[in-house]
Amino acid sequence: MRVYEPLTLADPARRFQLRRWIEGDPPLSQITDDVARPLNASPGKGWCACFAAALTALAVGIGCVWYQIATGIGVWGLNKTVGWGFDITNFVFWVGIGHAGTLISAILLLLRQQWRTSINRSAEAMTIFAVMCAGMFPLIHMGRPWLAFYVLPYPNSRGPLWVNFRSPLLWDVFALNTYLTISLVFWYVGMIPDFATLRDRASAGVKKSIYGILSLGWNGSHRTWSRYETLSMILAGLATPLVISVHSIVSMDFATSILPGWHTTLFPPYFVAGAVYSGFGMVMTLLILTRTLMHLERYITHRHLDAMAKVMLLTGSIVGLSYGTELYVAWLSGNPYEQAVFYGRATGPYAWCFWTMVACNALAPQVLWSRRVRSHISALFVLSILVNVGMWLERFVIIVTSLHRSYLPSSWVMYRPTMIEVGTLIGSFGLFFTCFLLFIRLLPMIAIWEVKTGASAEPHEVVRHA
Amino acid sequence: MPREYLVATFVEPDALVNAVTMIRAHGFKIYDVYAPCPVHGLDEAMGLRRSRLPYVTLCAAAVGLVAAMSFQFYAAVFDWSLNVGGKPDNSTLAFVPITFEIAVLAGGLATAAAFLLRSGLCPGVTATLAAPRVTDDRFAIALRWRTNVFDTGEARRLLHDSGASEVRQIVCDL
Repeated sequence: MRVYEPLTLADPARRFQLRRWIEGDPPLSQITDDVARPLNASPGKGWCACFAAALTALAVGIGCVWYQIATGIGVWGLNKTVGWGFDITNFVFWVGIGHAGTLISAILLLLRQQWRTSINRSAEAMTIFAVMCAGMFPLIHMGRPWLAFYVLPYPNSRGPLWVNFRSPLLWDVFALNTYLTISLVFWYVGMIPDFATLRDRASAGVKKSIYGILSLGWNGSHRTWSRYETLSMILAGLATPLVISVHSIVSMDFATSILPGWHTTLFPPYFVAGAVYSGFGMVMTLLILTRTLMHLERYITHRHLDAMAKVMLLTGSIVGLSYGTELYVAWLSGNPYEQAVFYGRATGPYAWCFWTMVACNALAPQVLWSRRVRSHISALFVLSILVNVGMWLERFVIIVTSLHRSYLPSSWVMYRPTMIEVGTLIGSFGLFFTCFLLFIRLLPMIAIWEVKTGASAEPHEVVRHA
Repeated sequence: MPREYLVATFVEPDALVNAVTMIRAHGFKIYDVYAPCPVHGLDEAMGLRRSRLPYVTLCAAAVGLVAAMSFQFYAAVFDWSLNVGGKPDNSTLAFVPITFEIAVLAGGLATAAAFLLRSGLCPGVTATLAAPRVTDDRFAIALRWRTNVFDTGEARRLLHDSGASEVRQIVCDL
């Protein structure tokens, strides 16, 4: 007869399960020391160089945004045919980046994947910064961002004239704000025990007081831990459908219109897979940089990168399949307008964007089938950059190639971004990296308590023959 | 209000779980256990009930859902209907995405708030540690000292036997 019994931490087999994702078998206090070290040490040259570059990019962005708000968005390369260009491309790109963070923190928690524990904190941070960058673009696209509150349904003196609840653009407002709020709550709640750990190891002073306030009086009570785990699972359970809804709604900005190239039911799953794919590309870029900058190779190991590479291979292949499906459906539909758009993408004036996108997104990740590539850090880094480039181009291709040649040939025009638009894109990268670099200096970038236990792990079952 | 506690410190979580089981088997009530991370198997050993937080989530999400749907219906149908592309005023399906988002938002925020309230976590609260390093690498069991029903000698002996590295009597407000 086989009897299944849950393992407790007491069992050496379970310990092995928990610890194998980090190198060696460091004692608990060593884990605290390793994660807290970058918060106390002075920043290295590498960090300073990256921060200087990020701040410069941010300054360029601030200059461009100031100029376009002061002058009007006529300084962009948009025209009456191509009404969405860099702005919405960047918006969709940044929202997508955020999705990997939620996937790692929520979906992998529900699936009880232990490898997420060293990387979830920084991936969640990435989500928040990416959503901030994304939110910036619709705001400046409004031209008069100080009137942004018009998008909220508040009692006003114009009727009250309510917002149009049937518009996917309004759904975006709610989806993005909910996503940002829930991600922030999830991120902060996840850090409370770590703030307590840092509070108790800091000597009296400003740092201790700040950690004291942030830790909300956490004292490690197991009754609280027990509730805390329930809370984590609930938030993960809420964040999972939420993250799927967010990019589905973003895709409906396009799919609910009647424009050829946009009007397709494939968009929601296609966008969600693409979002996760691009997000993992960005997580890979960031983690390869941070493990080197912060000397955390022991915690962010080859095996983590290998697991992420496998997710990239899967989602990249889904994206490749979606490209094929789109083309096939355009052919199958017999709709000449639909066919013209897809033919135009591959052979028209923006064909170089299309083929670069296919090369970066559908073909490049196929090298990840090779274990050698997955264990080669430089190769993964280059690939992650290619994925980022490819996924940005994907949004550009979807938006611009569909708009620039639609039903009316007399309206066909080309779209070229101006320096202001390019500067704003650079600025958004500056904002993202500035926030991220500050994060790895000021907050525990690895979830100390999760690494200590592999808390997300289900008690593994062993088979005992009785 | 400060009270007296008997606090045993452990280095290994497995010893802690065994101690909790043994102490409870001998009829002592555990006040609380302190750990730098959740220790699995401890819920059962301490006899903790399942958290009721999911009910908070359910109720708050239901309120969010009903509120969002009714508000959109009220605004778009009764208060000021807008004719956009000839779509019906009551486009119920189009109200679903926002309803979903508000339900998730309400559920998430209410659950987090309920957790903080129930656990007494709030900015400005000063943490009292049962033993040094329980937020780093030590585990501790705290027993409420009650003169009438408490045999200190036996409790100390049990805790020592189950591998406690230190057993102390403290007066504080845990």
